[in-house]
Amino acid sequence: MKPAPFGYADPTSVDEALDVLTSEGEGAKVLAGGQSLLPLLSMRLAAPSTLVDINRVPGLDQISAGPDGVRVGALVRHAQLLASSEAAGVQPLLGRATANVAHPAIRNRGTTVGSIAHADPSGEMTAVLALTDGSVTVATPEGRETIGWGDFFLGPLETSVHGPAVVLDAFFPALPERSGTAFAEIARRKGDYAVCGAGVVVTLDADRRVSSARAAYLSVGLVPEVHDLTDAVVGQPVDTADWTAAGELARGLVDPDGDLHASADYRRLLVATLTARTLADAGAEAARRTA
Amino acid sequence: MTEVRTERAISVVVNGVPREATVPVRWLLSDALRHEFGLTGTHVGCEHGVCGSCTVLVDGQPTRSCLVLAVQVDGREVTTVEGLSRSDHQGGQVLHPIQEAFRECHALQCGFCTPGFLTTIAAGLDARDPSVEITDEEVEELVGGNLCRCTGYANIKKACRHAAATMRDEAAR
Repeated sequence: MKPAPFGYADPTSVDEALDVLTSEGEGAKVLAGGQSLLPLLSMRLAAPSTLVDINRVPGLDQISAGPDGVRVGALVRHAQLLASSEAAGVQPLLGRATANVAHPAIRNRGTTVGSIAHADPSGEMTAVLALTDGSVTVATPEGRETIGWGDFFLGPLETSVHGPAVVLDAFFPALPERSGTAFAEIARRKGDYAVCGAGVVVTLDADRRVSSARAAYLSVGLVPEVHDLTDAVVGQPVDTADWTAAGELARGLVDPDGDLHASADYRRLLVATLTARTLADAGAEAARRTA
Repeated sequence: MTEVRTERAISVVVNGVPREATVPVRWLLSDALRHEFGLTGTHVGCEHGVCGSCTVLVDGQPTRSCLVLAVQVDGREVTTVEGLSRSDHQGGQVLHPIQEAFRECHALQCGFCTPGFLTTIAAGLDARDPSVEITDEEVEELVGGNLCRCTGYANIKKACRHAAATMRDEAAR
């Protein structure tokens, strides 16, 4: 099918974009990479009255990586983030998760911040924003505000931002010292929506014992979920930590729905398996970084 | 104040030729290529980004033409499967090595998905160092975003390796 008729504007500044969003009212929608929005339009699952294309707004395509974390602008494409060794150096989850986002042709166009603003619970970057305790910067006619991930995601495809607004960037805090990360997902075809996915961060103390183990899941809940699995492995030497026990703990903490692709029980099994597997990898990496 | 329009004039370089058109803003790039510019080599399969048949190059990057609006390529360069062949410097055209390899390796049957495979793989092969032998992993990444429902992928992957070998030999010459 084809998108239903709509009006189109391509402003060249954030203020102009906010002006158009304000004057066009509720039916107006921001268009960035469009890799999720345009299919919704073509399938007539969405029919905005106006698309406000921000692709011609200068300055939104920057990645800035500093000691505190990585700030990703609204027009940074997945492919650009995947290729950024500076970003991966500060927060390795960014590259690891982005490699799982769709296919190269989609990554060339789709944006990291767009995925987050789309708030799909099967999105990789929503999970990474949650796991790293990140935030977004939102511009509204009243000014700019920073919103933490927990206050931003309300439900599937729903955020706390209403009315005229543009998400300007997402901020991913840096990986703490003596920590390691891993990301893995299971999909019917590599690059398709994950049946289940997991990202994890393991942190060790100075004696190479586990001090923290946290995981975020995709395609498991209605919003990105972060679970603290530290209790299952706390104080254990990293080389002999019982990651399987942490996986079992996670299995009990999640409450996924079943659908055409996987039953709820199968998703719980995947949570346990992916958790144990990714924690082992992250633990090994944390050990290497705790020389 | 930025104007909200339902129709827009665009100018775009398609396969090296500057083109101008006035298009409804709801048109996808695939609509403009096929219906305005008459380039029916770009095939539209699922029209929501899953199958990869409509993949073209926008400023050299593989892009789903069903996931970009025609107005969004104003001022850009688009290459379709019709634009993959190159001049032989004798007044004629030669096929891209991946096009030759598809023929050589029987990498198509019905041909519906072929334009999307060719544009995606051609861009991937052009972007890599031809002197380095291509790995199975690279080949799988090249073809993983496109669906083929009749030949299967064995011969398509064979064609990727064949084209990569041709490009290695050409670069060594």
